[in-house]
Amino acid sequence: MAKYIGKRLLYMLISLWLIITATFFFMRIAPGNPFTSEKQLPPEIEANLNAHYGLDKPWYAQYGDYLLKVVKWDFGPSFKYKSQTVNDLISEGFPVSFILGMEAILLAVAFGLILGIIAALKHNKWQDYTAMIIAVAGISVPSFIMATFLQYFLAIKMGIFPVARFETFMHTILPALALASTPMAFIARLTRSSMLEVMSNDYIKTAKAKGLSQGVITVKHAIRNALLPVVTYMGPLTAGILTGSFVIERIFGIPGLGAHFVTSITNRDYTVIMGVTVFYSIILLASILLVDIAYGIIDPRIKLAGGKKGE
Amino acid sequence: MEKILEVKDLEVSFQTYGGSVKAVRGVSFDLHKGETLAIVGESGSGKSVTSQTIMKLIPMPPGKITGGQILFNGDDIVPKTEKQMEKIRGKEISMIFQDPMTSLNPTMKIGTQIMEGLIKHQNMSKQAAKTRAVELLNLVGIPMPERRVNQYPHEFSGGMRQRAMIAIALAANPKLLIADEPTTALDVTIQAQILDLMKDLQSKMDTSIIFITHDLGVVANVADRVAVMYAGQIVEMGTVDEIFYDPRHPYTWGLLASMPSLDNDNKADLAAIPGTPPDLTNPPKGDAFAARNQYALAIDFEEEPPMYQISETHFAKTWLLHPDAPKVEPPEAVKKRMRQLSSTFDQAVLMKEGK
Repeated sequence: MAKYIGKRLLYMLISLWLIITATFFFMRIAPGNPFTSEKQLPPEIEANLNAHYGLDKPWYAQYGDYLLKVVKWDFGPSFKYKSQTVNDLISEGFPVSFILGMEAILLAVAFGLILGIIAALKHNKWQDYTAMIIAVAGISVPSFIMATFLQYFLAIKMGIFPVARFETFMHTILPALALASTPMAFIARLTRSSMLEVMSNDYIKTAKAKGLSQGVITVKHAIRNALLPVVTYMGPLTAGILTGSFVIERIFGIPGLGAHFVTSITNRDYTVIMGVTVFYSIILLASILLVDIAYGIIDPRIKLAGGKKGE
Repeated sequence: MEKILEVKDLEVSFQTYGGSVKAVRGVSFDLHKGETLAIVGESGSGKSVTSQTIMKLIPMPPGKITGGQILFNGDDIVPKTEKQMEKIRGKEISMIFQDPMTSLNPTMKIGTQIMEGLIKHQNMSKQAAKTRAVELLNLVGIPMPERRVNQYPHEFSGGMRQRAMIAIALAANPKLLIADEPTTALDVTIQAQILDLMKDLQSKMDTSIIFITHDLGVVANVADRVAVMYAGQIVEMGTVDEIFYDPRHPYTWGLLASMPSLDNDNKADLAAIPGTPPDLTNPPKGDAFAARNQYALAIDFEEEPPMYQISETHFAKTWLLHPDAPKVEPPEAVKKRMRQLSSTFDQAVLMKEGK
């Protein structure tokens, strides 16, 4: 197990290096630079700025400098927010996005699984149809529409929750709901189809022939086997949700990490683009590793150490 | 001998988009304590549905028991609820399935899968159940049971998995064991081991067995009596000797003639029964086998044959046993093995409706 994780960490480093390199060069190819604005800067000032940020050096020197700094976990200063470093932006934004994201993931997984399992157990009955209507609605309605609806009805009309901002636990509920609706619907559908497949397996019949009740069969025999596709989906979902959603954070006025993804690109804020990309990649790679470890725990046929599927 | 199971005029149908499929059409048989009854027939003959109906394991809906009784120890199973059935399944009646590769839960330890039944039916503690699971694994001939009990199904070979399945089925000492083609998915040497094991355990535990198979070689090995099923009906039933040495139904002849044998030395092609079984959404008028039967009489296409009794234990459902029927010669391969059995009546007796 330790050997397996060590090997995976090494692969993660290689992936990270590839991501950094690709982002670094693609970013430089894009026209414009951090100091491009409507007002043309005098050439001397621009040269000064470039010298200050090291942008006057040849590309390989800039690349080398950047790699060295990343290894030391220093993403450099932001070009746009003069007083802040990229590290500051991440350490301020990420905890907010993380809390919101964890809430959304818990909501999505809990309700997604419950809906999916009920739908599968009551296959082709009204419970199934209801659950699937909720799921289709959740997948079809974009999160920003969902967010506005929640704000309008639950916050403005009924006054149960605050409309926006991010201060108390009550503030987190609406954005978490809005963020969770699509993944929840997706998980519900995945769980349903996976449960239906599992329930038609021979070993479910064996369990029934033992005299076990439907409830015990579902909990002890079906769910665990039906969980694998859901776990697969959890990897990218976790990374995507934890690092913040630009749209949801904008609508609810939440100072998370999501906004930096979008604004840094329009600003050509090189260091912020690099910083958030590297950070997102780390979260993504880590959650994929967690998913793979979770596979091994759920399905004993998947052997982690050898990295091959036993049969 | 004490009758443990009595199936009377059982009818099962499945509701499908194409209409109602009458999978079992009036099956009656009984089973004594400690006896082994083999049910043979080709795919789709209703043998598996019949056996699963005894445990009410067929999915309902679309399946439905449309008539008849299943008396287990004199108690009718048909009207029982799911909750009542849970007390019978695994405890009184157990089942072994065809494919040991798919009938064990891949994410649960073998031991836990055996323990479940023990904990449910015998109110055992976890610890006691585990000890018993090790004993059971030992009983079904799995080496190093203390280690094996903590392993997962993928760490077992096919034969070992089927042994584990048998251990699961026998965990709560059931009175009736239904084995649905338990050796079909195994290779021949393993088949023999599993059959020996089942016979051995049967004599130790005094269990009755219903053995579903399409392999007549296996039947000769394990069964006391044989029921031949075709298109949802039992067409011939008798002791092993009666079915193998004095078969009366043309379908049984067909099955016996299509059995490969070593002294056949390639001179003759292996016989096959031509055609396919009838569509049971609309069972044909008359005898369901008539269209594939080279011995079919005109009446076979008009009227369903009644059951004739050939001896105390031997029954066949064919017009050929009617006193006015022409004498026909069974196929060569069957004729070779035919012999006169002492128990046979002088004249086949027409059976009264409902036995």
